[in-house]
Amino acid sequence: MTIREVIKALALGGTALARFLVIGSELTFPPSSKIKTEDRHFTYGSVSDKMIRHRSYSFLTLSAAVLTFLIGGIASLGSLPVPGHSPETLDPPAHLRETGLYANFASKTIDPRNLSYSPQYPLWSDGAAKRRWIFLPAETSIDASDPDVWEFPAGTKVWKEFSFHGRRVETRLIASLGGGEWMFASYAWDADESDATLVPKQGLRNVAEIQPGLRHDIPGVLDCKACHVNRRTEILGFSALQLSPDRDPNAPHAERTSSDMVSLQTLIERGLIRSYPRSWAQHPIRIEASNPTARAALGYLHANCGNCHNPNGALETLNMFWRHSVAENTPSGTAVTMAINRTGRFRIPGEEPGDTYLIRPGDPAHSAVLFRMSSRNPFHQMPPLGTKLADADAVSLIRRWILEYQKEERP
Amino acid sequence: MKGTATKFFLLGLIALGSFAGILAAGAPVQPRDAKRGAYLVNSIGCGDCHTPMKMGPSGPEPDQARMLSGHPEALVMPPAPKLPPGPWMTSVAATMTAWAGPWGVSFTANLTPDPETGLGKWQAQTFIDTIRSGRVMGKGRQLQPPMPYPALRNLTDDDLGAIFAYLQSIPRLKNRVPDPIAPQGAGGR
Repeated sequence: MTIREVIKALALGGTALARFLVIGSELTFPPSSKIKTEDRHFTYGSVSDKMIRHRSYSFLTLSAAVLTFLIGGIASLGSLPVPGHSPETLDPPAHLRETGLYANFASKTIDPRNLSYSPQYPLWSDGAAKRRWIFLPAETSIDASDPDVWEFPAGTKVWKEFSFHGRRVETRLIASLGGGEWMFASYAWDADESDATLVPKQGLRNVAEIQPGLRHDIPGVLDCKACHVNRRTEILGFSALQLSPDRDPNAPHAERTSSDMVSLQTLIERGLIRSYPRSWAQHPIRIEASNPTARAALGYLHANCGNCHNPNGALETLNMFWRHSVAENTPSGTAVTMAINRTGRFRIPGEEPGDTYLIRPGDPAHSAVLFRMSSRNPFHQMPPLGTKLADADAVSLIRRWILEYQKEERP
Repeated sequence: MKGTATKFFLLGLIALGSFAGILAAGAPVQPRDAKRGAYLVNSIGCGDCHTPMKMGPSGPEPDQARMLSGHPEALVMPPAPKLPPGPWMTSVAATMTAWAGPWGVSFTANLTPDPETGLGKWQAQTFIDTIRSGRVMGKGRQLQPPMPYPALRNLTDDDLGAIFAYLQSIPRLKNRVPDPIAPQGAGGR
């Protein structure tokens, strides 16, 4: 073990200690009424935020915290990445070949420790063909205590490769550094695919043609975080619903799966996931909808809207959630119920105030969700980033769903 | 002997780490309260664009009855003037709340705590995410010129939290600011 690894382990342990101190102080010293007033505005502040208000600690809390630190530090030592997957820092490697994706870069042979997967409802990326892999350090597993937002072990890495017109254009990497820290990076492929190099933090524009007159942008780190960071950093597309073996045949742009890809069932069988609802092992997860159109529509909205429109992040106050919860106590159809016949802030241009609804059954022209996903006006379009071309297949699907929607069809 | 020394070294490091963690946990941090937020807002000049200007006896002055409420809803702007080619590229309303340029037309936002038209439903983290990312609520459309978020994002979380605390303490004003207008040819309606 190198000095660097020891320091890293201590840092991880220190983080655990700091978090425990805050939790402990809150348990020991209930906030005053003044502090409660502040808390209304700081519901998920950082550790240091809370430390402003609690500077005293009981001996008992302190002792327990030190113990936690020791345990955290020792546990961290065991979770350091294995050889071939070098420890990541906030500064990503300069070349994709150095990230651990390939066993042999020249032949583009993927390291067999990286598991291939395909979400059943792919995110629309202007028609890019995509391939994805995940690396989980040996002897680790994913914690599914929160069935909707999995917690990944330190050392997890996820890659997504984008190709347009048969040519690799970029590969994105998200890597867990432990202690809640994640690193985001994108690598741009050369024209002859001989190398893929790190792009600047602000991204790279116009790297490849999507269609005549329209070119693909590689997102910057802040844009990566805009989608992936909610209360916790999330690996979008790698979830119970997305990996369910009961795949939706009507999902727009559904990808062909292969036998080497992992599914929720293979994760369970291989012990790569823990603390999941027992029912997952017996009944494959699916969106319970009254007809195939509704199932596909809700799945598409889950994958393309629910990453931000969910109760776990900045948009929770909008009260419009398209994430399909797989938690056992969540009533099915919650997303639809919240959007049907409800108005929001957005007004469809040219419409009278009060005539724009999130979803208006039977009336696509007054349904803001359909309008915004059809638009590529930069101030109206949804999603607001990551796409320059409306998804015609999905627009057609959602229009059909709104037209056919009947009250009794609620899933 | 060497092994024992290594163990003592590691234990020493752990003890040092514990001590550092305790110090960090108890270190004084700037309080982020409305008073500091007011100081920051007034120093940075948020009101220069978010409080409409009106004509007073000595010339243009901030309309404090509309403090930080953004572009007035009732002030419907005519199309922005088309500027001739050259170094002039921006037009500004007399209120300083509507700006036209190559990005289209932007209107300054209502920063008061009105729940429907202002920041009343936001949380401190929403505000911090917005400034840090340059996107509405950290996830939506990009903020437009002349919003100086590339500079403001250098503020600490504590300072941004203080600004938000102050903004939540000012009088709430109902004022629905228009959506920005994209330049012609930018993605249709």
